[in-house]
This record gives sequence, structure tokens and C-alpha cells, in this order.
Amino acid sequence: MTGVPQQPSPGERLAAQDVLAVRDLRVSVRGTTLVDRVDLVIGKGERVGLIGESGSGKSLTALAVMGLLPEDVEMSGSVHLAGVDHDLAGASEAQLSRVRGRQVAMVFQEPMTALNPTMRVGDQVAEAMLIHGTRPDRRAAREAAVELLEQVRLPSPRSAARSYPHQLSGGQRQRVVLALALANDPALLVCDEPTTALDVTVQALVLDLIVRGVAARDAALLFITHDLAVVATVCQRVLVMYGGRVVEAGPVADVFTRPRHRYTQGLLGASDLDVVDEHGRLVTIAGSVPPAGRFPAGCVFRTRCPYATQVCERTPAWSGPDLSHGFACHHPAGEADSPFAPAPQLPEGSSRG
Amino acid sequence: MAERSDVRRPGPAPAALSARDVVREYARPRTSVLRPGPVVTALRGVSFDVAPGERFGIVGESGCGKSTLLRILAGLDRPTSGSVLVDGTNISRLPERRLRFLRQRLQLVFQDPMSSLDPRMRVRDIVAEPLMAQGIPARRERVAQLLEAVGLPADAADRYPHQFSGGQRQRISIARALAPSPGILVADEPVSALDVSVRAQVLNVVMDLVEELSLTLVFVSHDLSVVRRVCDRVAVMHDGQVVETGTTDDVYDNPRHPYTQRLVAAVPTLAKALAGVSAADLAGAMRSGKDEP
Repeated sequence: MTGVPQQPSPGERLAAQDVLAVRDLRVSVRGTTLVDRVDLVIGKGERVGLIGESGSGKSLTALAVMGLLPEDVEMSGSVHLAGVDHDLAGASEAQLSRVRGRQVAMVFQEPMTALNPTMRVGDQVAEAMLIHGTRPDRRAAREAAVELLEQVRLPSPRSAARSYPHQLSGGQRQRVVLALALANDPALLVCDEPTTALDVTVQALVLDLIVRGVAARDAALLFITHDLAVVATVCQRVLVMYGGRVVEAGPVADVFTRPRHRYTQGLLGASDLDVVDEHGRLVTIAGSVPPAGRFPAGCVFRTRCPYATQVCERTPAWSGPDLSHGFACHHPAGEADSPFAPAPQLPEGSSRG
Repeated sequence: MAERSDVRRPGPAPAALSARDVVREYARPRTSVLRPGPVVTALRGVSFDVAPGERFGIVGESGCGKSTLLRILAGLDRPTSGSVLVDGTNISRLPERRLRFLRQRLQLVFQDPMSSLDPRMRVRDIVAEPLMAQGIPARRERVAQLLEAVGLPADAADRYPHQFSGGQRQRISIARALAPSPGILVADEPVSALDVSVRAQVLNVVMDLVEELSLTLVFVSHDLSVVRRVCDRVAVMHDGQVVETGTTDDVYDNPRHPYTQRLVAAVPTLAKALAGVSAADLAGAMRSGKDEP
């Protein structure tokens, strides 16, 4: 055979070391494309971040992986998960509910809405195990629930297990949600802005628990946030999304120190509150994220990009060694020091603004 | 409270805003017919001065009493004991009808622009409302001028809040706050509901206007790095008390109170993360303090 990587045959869509493989994911609602051609592979024990502003398609990507998209939303592509022998895309609800909470689990932003307000938290954690039959009986599940609550450092776990969600603080509730998600030792944990609603001091503790929980199970982590500092603290690899597409991907250290896509560069500039321009003003990205379906054709970022030219009306090709490392930009930043510079394209006929 | 000696105390001119030993207690509903209900102390003697033209930050986590403090500063609530002085006038014991000057002098910007803007009012009427309330004729030109000042297009006046993005809505809140030409602007977490790129835009608007209109700014946030960018001086609140005040750079670079130290240590930053600080390190630095929340 030649050195060209083979298209995996339908039976072996997932390489041995991979936990999640999303291929060519598209999500649309009534003809409006919301997520476009997203490829995402996460290996065992790997922590991958998904960043971008609200409205860039991060959460939809996670919901598509979980099979939690609303009914009127259509998706195509394939989603393969370790331990599941069928494609999650297009799977029936019965098939999905056997997978959710077992092979893949999710931590949401708002712990109060993720928990059942009328049920003691210990019972909720135990229920997750009973539904999937990972513990023999109710008593064993209850014991395991207390143990899990202890693992997430809930003070006096035995009595905490008997409390209702409203009796706990926000940070404690989020720890219960984490215990619930980790109850069946999932192969993949998906966290969607898990600490955005929490105070910084509590955030530090919860982030630590997430990383520990995942590491202890050798599980993979997909971590969604708009906070670049959090992603850099938690993840090894990162994907930058904008307009429903992955515009840049790579190891955290690479992407955040040598961003190539102008959007990544803009995000980094806007998050840095220590840097100001010559007028003493913070660096911003012009304009705001367009509503769904109003992103321009070609490069999705070109309406806000100061470097955009005529060529940007064509969709930029992915440049980089593979889909988990590279970017899609006609006028990338830091051309000179790039390990894999594409053919230089000078901004000709510049039509700024 | 560790007031630093190097901090410039306000001169003989009265402080724009000054809190004197403010205590606020709330009585919880009684649980027994024999005993009175338990008392929750939200503020335990808060004191500080904000000099005219100063940009003053208040940092603290949820439950530390900063929202209670803001309500009292704005004359929306009264302290159980202690007093708040605005331009030397004690507002804490004044009846509502004599707080008219305060409603013009001090204006608020809230965290969530969706819940603080009436969805059934056009932006024109939202921005003009404080003027109407003050009995100042609200002219079209004034509204247009305010919208321009916060960087909104002129045709924004005819639209409704839901037609705007989060950042634009926060600009509308700022325009409304500036309508009666206040001297003091109190902003309660104005950017914490916004995306990073929009956050920088809104912070620029706030800083430009404070500069241009020589406003006194009180900026409340849980995010030390935002406060550091915007404010000259900061008070750190914890458990109903101000535990540390000082210049923002000083407090950030050299925190003295154990709580401030934990707060600074817990904030993840890109620089720290890229230097190899992990989640375990942040949590460890946090735990080296005392009580785990």
C-alpha cells in the first residue's frame, strides 16, 4: 500500500486508541446550517477543548455527540464511540439511551437545572447506576453513590447524599452532577461550560475534580468553554470553532502561543486584558457573532476580519499535517515561524473594512 | 481591614461616595412561635471612601454581600446601622422623596441586560425613561447623542431590546444610565454575561465614557483581572466585610489578606496555564488557605 492514509472501512471507524471519532458532522435546522463539516477525534485519556464565542456551534457539536439534538434539528456525518458498535448518528432513542450515562456522560453549565429538584442527590447518583445495571442492587448503588460523592469531595458525603439539590451550594451541586456523570466510568466525559456559573475559587476545585475524575478512569474529556484560560489549564489539545466550523486545531501550547487563524488571534487578543493598543484601548474583534445562518459564504470570519480580501470569498482549505492540527485561513498569522506554512498568499487587492 | 499606608486618602473635598461602618441584617422568617427568627448578617461594618473621579472596584464572590452593598449605595435599601454619604450628604436616613438628587447623581448598570431592559419598550423610551422620571424633557437629540456615545447606530432607537446582541444590550443599559448626566456610575458585573471579544468592546466603552465625562466609577466584579484593567483602587469583600483595599496593581501583585491570596491564586490565566500551572495547582493553592467552600 502507499503512504496515503486509508479511509477506514465502515466496520473499523474507530482506531484502537480512540474513544470518540466524529466525521464530517453537519447540523442544520430548516435549511440553515449550524455546524458544518466538523471532524473530531479524541484518544484515550486525552483532554480536548472546544472554544469559540456563543453562537459558534460548540454546544450543538456536543449535543450532536450526545444525541441530544432537538427533534426539528437534522444531523449528518458519523459519530463513533469506543464500546459502542453502531453509529450514534441516526441511532434510535432506545439505542442512544443505553449509551448516554454509560459510555458517554455530560456535565452541563447549570447544575440546578441538570438535577431533579424533588429527589435526594444520593438517589439521583444511584439511579444512574441502576438504570445501566452497573451495580447489582439498590443498596450497592447507594453505597457507590456515597463513595462517588466522597470522590468529588462533598463534605460529609453520607449526609450530603440525603440532601436535596436546593440545600446545596452551586459548587456542591456541580460536584454532584460530576459524580453522576462519572458514576458508570464513561469512556468519554463531555463538559459544557461546567464552571461558568461558579465563583473562581470554586471553579479551581471543580476543574481539578474533573481532571482527576477523568484521569482516574483513563477516560477522554471534551471540554467546552469560551474561557481560553480555563481551556489552557485543563486541556492538552484545542479546537477553535466559529460559524459552525472548526477554524483551527492543535496542541494548546501551539494554538495559544502561535495562533494561525485570524479568529484565534482575535480571541486571544480580546481575552488579554494586559495588552492595549496605541490609544490605551483593549484589543477587540470588530462587530459581533452574526446570528445563525447569516455567516458569510467562503471564510466564515471574513466579515469581521481585518485581513479579509477577495480570496476569502472562497472557503479556505485546511492546512496542516492532519485534521487535529492545522487551520483554515487564506491570510494566516505568523507565516514565518510556522512549521507547516502553506503557499504564501499575499493580501492582494486588499479590501479592508 | 488592611488599609495600605501608601494609598492616597481623599483630601479635604468630600468623597464622592463614602460608606461608614455599614451593617445590614436580614431577619429570616421565624421557625418557632417561641423564639424570634434567626438573623442573617449580610454586611458586617463596611467602610470605604471613593474620591471624586476615582475608579473604584469591589471584588468578591457570590454571597459576600456585594449586591447588598450596591443596593445600599444606590439608596435602594437602607443599612441596619452605619451610613452612606454621597457628596457629603447622608442618604441612609433620608426619606425617598428627598433622594431625588441621588437618582440623578448616581446611576446603575446591571449584570444581565436582558432582565434590566423592559422588553416591551423601544430603546428610545428606555434611554429616555430616567429623564422623564427626573422631569427633564427627553429630546430626540439627547437620545441620539447617548446612543452614539455608546457606539450604537442611530436607528437603534426605534428597535426593541430583543433585536440586539448581549453586548449591544449592555450598551443600551449604559446609555440609559448616562441619560441624566450622573456624576457617579455604579456598574454591577457589567461584562460577566458577555463573550470575551464583546467584553473588551464594552469595557472600552465604559472606560472611554468614564474618562470623557469625568465620572466616578464603582465597578463590581468577581473577576480580579477585569477590575485591574478598569479600576485604580479595589476593595476585596469576603463574608460581609472588606478584607483588603489598595491600588489594584498592589492588591493583584502582592495580596496580603489570606482570602485575597486565595482569590488571586485561583484565577486561571493563559500565562499561568502555558507556564504549566494545572487545575490541581490552582486547587492546591486554594486549599492551602483554610475553609473549603
